[in-house]
Amino acid sequence: MILDRIQRLGRAAIGFVERLGRAHLFLLHTISGIPGVLLRPALVIRQLYMVGVLTLLIILVSGFFVGMVLGLQGYNTLSDFGAEESLGVMVALSLVRELGPVVTALLFAGRAGSALTAEIGLMKATEQLSGMEMMAVDPMRRVIAPRFLAGFISMPLLAAIFSLVGVYGGYFVGVGLLGVDDGAFWSQMQDRVEWHDDILNGVIKSLVFGFVAVWIAVFEGYDAVPTSEGVSRATTRTVVHTSLTVLGLDFILTALMFGD
Amino acid sequence: MRNTRVIEIAVGIFVAAGMAALFLLAMQVSNLSNTGTGESYTISATFENIGGLKVRSPVTVSGVRVGRVDAIDYDNHAFEAVVTLRIDKAYSSFPEDTSASIFTSGLLGEQYVGLEPGGSEINLVEGDRIQMTQSALVMEQVIGQFLYSAAGKRDKDE
Repeated sequence: MILDRIQRLGRAAIGFVERLGRAHLFLLHTISGIPGVLLRPALVIRQLYMVGVLTLLIILVSGFFVGMVLGLQGYNTLSDFGAEESLGVMVALSLVRELGPVVTALLFAGRAGSALTAEIGLMKATEQLSGMEMMAVDPMRRVIAPRFLAGFISMPLLAAIFSLVGVYGGYFVGVGLLGVDDGAFWSQMQDRVEWHDDILNGVIKSLVFGFVAVWIAVFEGYDAVPTSEGVSRATTRTVVHTSLTVLGLDFILTALMFGD
Repeated sequence: MRNTRVIEIAVGIFVAAGMAALFLLAMQVSNLSNTGTGESYTISATFENIGGLKVRSPVTVSGVRVGRVDAIDYDNHAFEAVVTLRIDKAYSSFPEDTSASIFTSGLLGEQYVGLEPGGSEINLVEGDRIQMTQSALVMEQVIGQFLYSAAGKRDKDE
């Protein structure tokens, strides 16, 4: 009885380490496939469309609403201290440093990551991947690498768009509806937001999140059990794992970047 | 699957929009456009107490921003804070007897260095030190002094 449990624990631990190892070897394969993909940009462009362009709408809408909420909440709190003019700083810093990269990564996992996993998982389940291998086409190079590259490129762009739209959302509520001074909103923001410390660190964050999100998505797809249940599980795992990893990494990155 | 041309145009627009967003974030939201990669020179000033002054705090003359605080050090021998100010080359004619004070913008706002030009013929140049300085107003000290004098007054009255 007890022995049985210990055995199960051991199997789970070994399974976890094995998956971790497989994920990293997979990453190495994928990255070594990228130079070959650059010779055929059409593949990447098609994936950029699927991963980036189709995610744009949800990013635009949620960015605008997140910005509006920040404007409203920030105004309510700041006006207690007579500091409504700092609304621009607050909105811009929260978006650029945290919400932009993080919320974009979460939306990206839900919108694009799950689709990638399901697509690759189904390719595996319907034996398209083995078919390619049969025809001496490397699926790593033909299927995985373009998707990986497209996700990696899209994330920082999406995060930048999210932050910018959010700032305008905050502007719309703060200046347009609540009557914060237009000039103070922008000038305080420009005074206090540092190009290097804030914007660039935000971009680095979104690069890291993009890398992790798309890695998890393609790996889960490639590693899925080739049945309909396996694919559905893999899709769920993509969203859950990406969200957890992104939030955990965000804490570490924030502590490193803005810790002092 | 839609035709390739539409996809390519859509991707082009997407990438361009992303780049434009990054560019706008840099120019419109952050201080990249006014941190000035332009030429500048540094002068220093020693203060007894700098209060809450920070690196990158503004340096102003008559309310106009002319530079920023470049570094803050502590002089072990004079027991004073040494503040290095980076001033734009465009404002290079401050007399030698210019004085520097640390002010607070608003009651609870951030602190900045205010310069007040003197009347000397000779100008400050790179590496010079401002002689006349006035420390930051530390609220606790002011309140402490006020309470002290109020108590003294009451003792005298009694």
